Amino acid sequence: MDLNSIYTELIMEHNTSGHNEKQLENPDHSERGHNPSCGDDLTLQFKFDGDIIKDAAFIGHGCAISKASTSMMIDLIKGKTKKEAYDLVELFIGMIKKEITDEREFEKLKDAFILQNISNMPARVKCAVLAWHALGESIKEDV
Amino acid sequence: MKSFNIEKIRKDFPILNQDVNDNTFVYLDSAATTQKPISVLDSIEKYNKSSNANIHRGAYALSIRATEMYDSARKKVKDFINAPYVESIIFTKNTTEALNLVAFSYALENVSRGDEILVLISEHHSNILPWQMVARKNNAKLKYIYLNDDYTIDMKDFKSKVTENTKIVTVAHISNVLGTINPIKEIIDYAHEKGAITIIDGAQAAPHTQVDIKKLNPDFYVFSGHKMLGPMGIGVLYGRRELLEKMSPFLSGGDMIEYVEEQSSTFAELPHKFEAGTQNVEAAVGLKRAIEYLEDVGLENIKKHEMKLTEYALKKMKEIPYITIYGTEDIDKRSSVISFNIDDVHPHDVATILDSYGIAIRAGHHCAQPLMKYLKINSTCRASFYIYNTLEEVDIFIEGLKNVRKWLGYGS
Repeated sequence: MDLNSIYTELIMEHNTSGHNEKQLENPDHSERGHNPSCGDDLTLQFKFDGDIIKDAAFIGHGCAISKASTSMMIDLIKGKTKKEAYDLVELFIGMIKKEITDEREFEKLKDAFILQNISNMPARVKCAVLAWHALGESIKEDV
Repeated sequence: MKSFNIEKIRKDFPILNQDVNDNTFVYLDSAATTQKPISVLDSIEKYNKSSNANIHRGAYALSIRATEMYDSARKKVKDFINAPYVESIIFTKNTTEALNLVAFSYALENVSRGDEILVLISEHHSNILPWQMVARKNNAKLKYIYLNDDYTIDMKDFKSKVTENTKIVTVAHISNVLGTINPIKEIIDYAHEKGAITIIDGAQAAPHTQVDIKKLNPDFYVFSGHKMLGPMGIGVLYGRRELLEKMSPFLSGGDMIEYVEEQSSTFAELPHKFEAGTQNVEAAVGLKRAIEYLEDVGLENIKKHEMKLTEYALKKMKEIPYITIYGTEDIDKRSSVISFNIDDVHPHDVATILDSYGIAIRAGHHCAQPLMKYLKINSTCRASFYIYNTLEEVDIFIEGLKNVRKWLGYGS
């Protein structure tokens, strides 16, 4: 196992920068993502403008991978419609599960593409997908 | 005392002799499950190749042989823990099932509205959830005993919380997170004095220390085979015979019956009343061989060896400034489990980084979320040593720890 391919600079940057790790004022919706087996517990918060995800942030605690993955996801979905965000959730989870293999598609995931390596680490997959599942839960009714 | 030969022991555990992630494998997660010596693996294979049949059911040689092997495993367990009667030894799937058996078959029928169940805050979920269930269903109260600053049980708090309403006191013999050896003899005696029954979770104790049921005198004592060199899928419930006799069966079905009519049934004698359906005979056979292995090496030797490793590891870990250890510093009050955290690094990241060096530790809440909340932490890393670990492996572990923070971008 090559740790360099997991603890990349980009993951470390998202893990420590904290630019998406904050409490939103009066969020329109909160969604708790929880891995009961490991205790990671992150809450996503959203502000919507109609169908657009105007702002998002997260609070809680998690490992470097889950926090970085959450932060990358938030950067990616801000300003997108719920449908666009939901498609990205499906693309990301498809990538991690190795169900989608068209590498060109993954460019749409921007920074989160780097988490592709996690699919080779079954023990950490649940860390990477935690926030994405929570996002999917938050918007699935509207798409 | 018998001699302890680590080189010989290492050879008995072929799984340890491999590379993981291009490094020598270092297994430091025996508190989760232990590895099996060749003799245990061979005993299971031999059973399956020569004696496998359903027990108590066949009027033929193999079934009789399998039954005898199963009974002989029960006798071995009885002797191992110095229990008074072989009928008091019930085979279960694991510690969790044993505790659930007590909750469903004893507690639901003997705990009433307003009664109290007393649990130690450091308990594993298996020794919390069944009592939450009993408290919820019977309108009883679940009360927690808390800890001293040194992570040991606060005996004053314990004594102040045992009241005339206390029906059950349940604690682990040894904590799976903190490694604390709880003073169970004192706890059992005090609970009995106040009229409560006692349940001891021995999952982390039976593999490491001599358990003497006659001396300790608990009402129930439970443990698992897979944490003591035996197979998964077999656990042990020791119960005081007069209590077991009065209790209703936990699971109903084949082999636990006496007579079955259309509308009613009577049940078999102990221990069969609590062993419904086809049993895990091969695991019982493996458990017997595991106990023989432990006895051959000697529990005193095992304890001495693993505490030598623990003391050494604690000393080395304390020299690293960014490590916090959760557990008593009193070596006489602890076992070979070390829970710790590294500043600014989540335990899962610690485990992944150590894994890349071939080192297996546990990270997370260790199925003890109430304890984590009580300690105001989310999770810890846990290294646990056993019979087959070496000082060299502790050194590899310590070197691994020193590298963790660098991977996460910290200077040291």
